[in-house]
Amino acid sequence: MTAYLAKRLAVAAATLVLASIVVFAVLEIVPGDPARLMLGMNASAQQVDLLRDQMGLNAPVIIHYLHWAGGLLTLDFGRSYTYSVPVIDLVAERAIVSLPLALMALLLATAIALPVGLYSASRRGQAGDTISMGAAQLGVAIPNFWFALMLIYLFAVWLKLVPAGGFPGWGAGLWPGLKALLLPAIALALPQAAILARVARSALVEVLSEEYIRTARAKGMPRRAVLWRHALRNAMIPVVTIMGLQFSFLLAGTIIIENVFYLPGLGRLVFQAITQRDLVVVESVVMLLVASVIVVNLLVDLSYAIVDPRLRGRS
Amino acid sequence: MSGAFSNRSFVTGFLITLAVAAMALASYAWTPYDVTRLVISDKTQAPSLAHWFGTDHFGRDILSMIMIGARNSIAVALVAVGIGMGIGVPLGLWAAARGGFVDEVLMRLNDLVFAFPALLSAIMITAIFGPGAVNAIIAIGIFNIPVFARVARAGGLAIWPREFILAARAAGKGSAQITLEHILPNIATLLLVQGTIQFALGILAEAGLSYLGLGAQPPMPSWGRMLFEAQTRMVIAPWMAIFPGMAIVVTVLGLNLLGDGLADILDPKSRRRA
Repeated sequence: MTAYLAKRLAVAAATLVLASIVVFAVLEIVPGDPARLMLGMNASAQQVDLLRDQMGLNAPVIIHYLHWAGGLLTLDFGRSYTYSVPVIDLVAERAIVSLPLALMALLLATAIALPVGLYSASRRGQAGDTISMGAAQLGVAIPNFWFALMLIYLFAVWLKLVPAGGFPGWGAGLWPGLKALLLPAIALALPQAAILARVARSALVEVLSEEYIRTARAKGMPRRAVLWRHALRNAMIPVVTIMGLQFSFLLAGTIIIENVFYLPGLGRLVFQAITQRDLVVVESVVMLLVASVIVVNLLVDLSYAIVDPRLRGRS
Repeated sequence: MSGAFSNRSFVTGFLITLAVAAMALASYAWTPYDVTRLVISDKTQAPSLAHWFGTDHFGRDILSMIMIGARNSIAVALVAVGIGMGIGVPLGLWAAARGGFVDEVLMRLNDLVFAFPALLSAIMITAIFGPGAVNAIIAIGIFNIPVFARVARAGGLAIWPREFILAARAAGKGSAQITLEHILPNIATLLLVQGTIQFALGILAEAGLSYLGLGAQPPMPSWGRMLFEAQTRMVIAPWMAIFPGMAIVVTVLGLNLLGDGLADILDPKSRRRA
């Protein structure tokens, strides 16, 4: 287990370093001089050069990279070109919108997917299974931003139950904030719930054909208890794996969904930063997202050991 | 494949996919209306017999735009699958044939690409190198590469230890020849199934990019862009949003059903109702 843990950690760290090099390199070859961009077209060559010096852009690429990467490690991401504030402040201000949104979506997706998967698997081949898996098939095919538009039309334009977009800020209280995030979270969660329900069903179908399930039933354990206590627990590995992968979809999905609902989150921040060529913001947010994907996948791998005690002994 | 047409999923998916492809092809010869002509007097008309799906804010016929938009969606997703297969499959086969160091390096590179949320990176690529259909294809295609590399590698690894490979070895065939003559034909079905799934994901990704204004540029109609233009007019013309979205859903659903059906037919073990 320790050897496995060490190898897994080393791979994650190496991936993170490689990813930072890729992000840095891609943004290094982007056309346009950030210093020129900040000062405008009327600035003299001297002024631009002075600013380039201050921003560390005149240093050799390696030094520039090390400076940037070192900054990342200490959470010093530099200053935004367009907002002229430290990037970390921007990120913190936006993360309090995006993280609750992604979390709500993940909870919603799981809360829908697991019962549907269980229901389908326990009625395998019957009408209920066919209908719920048909619905899941449909859910996978629906683009989340179109679903978002339909939700806006139904609940905001027609029924006027929730705001069509925007975010009042947490200062206005917990409920108005949650209410503003409700439709976006549903829009994000639906396709993920559909995928997760399909995975949960097929994992459960496999587990339910195992002999220990028959044994549990034979010794008189009620059907429901067998499903929840034995089957679900053993089907968790593929389910948790997919949930880990979905985290990265949810993060990327926030870019589109936050644009649909005009939410001031990380996704909208990075999209605006890209169009405004605010590269410091782009590279910092992308690195943060990539790092969180790597960390989540690492946690997923480690959680196998918790879900499945057999893996604990293995080196 | 004789039992293929008794598989409900396959038949439904096949028919839907065929219909969408036919619609895209037909649009080259005929559309109900000319979408390059703007008829302002006809703007934002509700669905009627003259305009089945209504008209947009320029008076263009939505059905005609959906037909032409299908070309763009199909072309982008198809070429992106081609890029993923063309580069990913040889890499995966190479990793399976060589094993050891080559395999390790290729798989770690795979992990690296997977660490980047695909849509985020596609947005970055198209935004930095300029919006447009070609850059959208490249951006989506890059993220297909590791997917196909994984499938080809896993399929290859399962076949290499088989006896007929040993026989081919004994007959004096080299790794490259065995890969081409024996491994590739045996994983072709796996690749076909994955190709259908990636095709569907490509359509969704393209729609997302053009919704953000990073895909095909106007006046070329694209489903994602139609949705973007519909968003601010939802109150007066909801059909502008409803029908292009349904086109995406139907296309993706058709491809997914086709892929599911193919997987069922080709791998009897995964058959749901045996």
